[in-house]
Amino acid sequence: MPHKTFLAFILPSIIAMVLFIALPIISVAVQSLYVEHDKVLVTVENCQPLGGCTTETVVDSEATAKLKAVAPLGEFNGLGTYFNHAHLAIDEVAEIVSDNTGFADIVARLYNLPFYRALSFTLAYCFIVTPLAMLLGFLIALAINMVPRLLKGPVIFFSLLPMIITPLIGSLILYWMISAEGILGVGLKWLFSDPTLSLKSSLPLTWITLIIYGIWTNAPFSFVVFYAGLQTVPGDTMESAMIDGASRWERIRYVVMPHLRPLATFVALVQLMDNFRVFEPIVGLSAQANATSLSFAIFNDLRNQNAQQYGSAATTSMLTIIGVIILLMPVLIRTWREYHQKS
Amino acid sequence: MSLVNRQPFTLKLVASLFIIVWLVLAAFPFLWTVWGSFKVESDFFSRESFWHAITGFYTQKETGSAFTGNGYYGAWVESKFWKAVINTVIVTLSVTVISLTLGTLGGYALARSGRRYAFWILIAALVFRAMPHITLVSGYMLPFFQLNIWGYLPTSIIVLVAINQPFTLWMLHSFFLSIPKDLDESAMVDGCSRFEAFRRVVIPVMWPGVITTGLFSFLLGYNDFAVTAMLLSQDNQTMVPKISSYLGSIYDNGHVMYAVAAVVSATVPLFMLVLFFQRQIVSGLTAGAVKG
Repeated sequence: MPHKTFLAFILPSIIAMVLFIALPIISVAVQSLYVEHDKVLVTVENCQPLGGCTTETVVDSEATAKLKAVAPLGEFNGLGTYFNHAHLAIDEVAEIVSDNTGFADIVARLYNLPFYRALSFTLAYCFIVTPLAMLLGFLIALAINMVPRLLKGPVIFFSLLPMIITPLIGSLILYWMISAEGILGVGLKWLFSDPTLSLKSSLPLTWITLIIYGIWTNAPFSFVVFYAGLQTVPGDTMESAMIDGASRWERIRYVVMPHLRPLATFVALVQLMDNFRVFEPIVGLSAQANATSLSFAIFNDLRNQNAQQYGSAATTSMLTIIGVIILLMPVLIRTWREYHQKS
Repeated sequence: MSLVNRQPFTLKLVASLFIIVWLVLAAFPFLWTVWGSFKVESDFFSRESFWHAITGFYTQKETGSAFTGNGYYGAWVESKFWKAVINTVIVTLSVTVISLTLGTLGGYALARSGRRYAFWILIAALVFRAMPHITLVSGYMLPFFQLNIWGYLPTSIIVLVAINQPFTLWMLHSFFLSIPKDLDESAMVDGCSRFEAFRRVVIPVMWPGVITTGLFSFLLGYNDFAVTAMLLSQDNQTMVPKISSYLGSIYDNGHVMYAVAAVVSATVPLFMLVLFFQRQIVSGLTAGAVKG
């Protein structure tokens, strides 16, 4: 295809992606170097005929607005925002490293820093939910191959629901069920005969709730992909493995699993990318007291009604983008190598 | 094959039980919420016993019947959920149509080019696909405020289309690869230009792939929270941010059931989607995976 025709076909797409994905990333990078202006304060003297004079400090909103109009980005701060308490917290980390009472202490104190708190939950969610969801999906796919045909239709229908449900809505549905007056909340209280049990109040229980929600929404995708893969397992290989005396488990281990390997890599990649942006469940389950994620931290900065902290949000965004690229690195390197081998 | 498929009875039983447990886990939350949305709050969130939610004890007391549409009335009429529904229809339909138009053109070009830059565009799209949406949103806010285009539906539509492009391009690219090159090339030998060949030969055969991709574009627009919550003003809110804005105010007023009814209303279209397009969704999910 000549360059010109190619360009004519792809230009609209490219323009959309450059304008609304590439430029915003640059915009985020620039914003992360600035902080909001301090409010301009003035001291006013109030004199009353009898009461004498008092001085008070008030925000000069006119001057603040003027300052904003001249430099909407705010004040230049360099990499300052990156290293401050709310982000990488260089000083605090240095202090923790130089003066601590052991590994547990380091972890506990790092967890108190907002950025590391968000990062640790994001990573934990990514690397716990993804493998467990894939395992569950694989088991469902294996099991459904054995059940009567009659069950297959409804199972696929209902399995797709947790996956395509709007994340915020799905997590709300769960939130209402596990709330103290909801059916699961009451059920759990009864099961552990503990009338004060609340999934929201404790940190480990909140994490477990979020992770179970994650597995619930992620498993169907693995199931569907693995189920499709199982239909293509070569029958001859299975039969010869059987004749050679391979047990059921050995056939799964040495025939089915190697066959599904490329699919598993694909599923893992897609789910890691999606789980790294975990955000809606935290809003839906009102879990921010015990679990925050990088995406949630950005949302929180932007949502802040009093002073929208664009600088802080942008800095967290940049750090998140760097995280995504690190996560994608192995894939990018592999794709690049494969491409070069081909050409 | 028959030899391989023969299963001992116990294994079959265990598998069936496992599947039934999963079926309950997957379906029960939805069924329970749909059922509960027709009750009053003191039944659905019962302090005494969840049997009240099933029998509708207080619902009967308060409204005279075991089922009530009060939640739906409150949500749709009193708190103007219908407005959010209209906005959602506008946003999702526009996003789907525009995404597909741009995506088919681009995906076709990528599938037929085979040059080095086409490969790099695909890699860039993969990286863009991985960007958390909220990081991009934080880049939009200031420029959009400056340009005075914050808060309007078209702005959100264009942003969602752009965010959706990487996925659409990948999906349609691999779909067009499965359409034989000879088809459009023979049309070009017969004297068509590239664009004519696309219009007369490729468009008639591309609909299965386009419909599948369209379903996922629809889902992205419909399910989005990050973009629509941050970029739309209160009046232009779509369903999902509207539901989230309920949460703060409604708990105070004791109108949780409005939110429950709104949630159920927003789930119904997804139900329909799975019901009618189950095969396309499954094929779309597996298409990328089985090939790559």
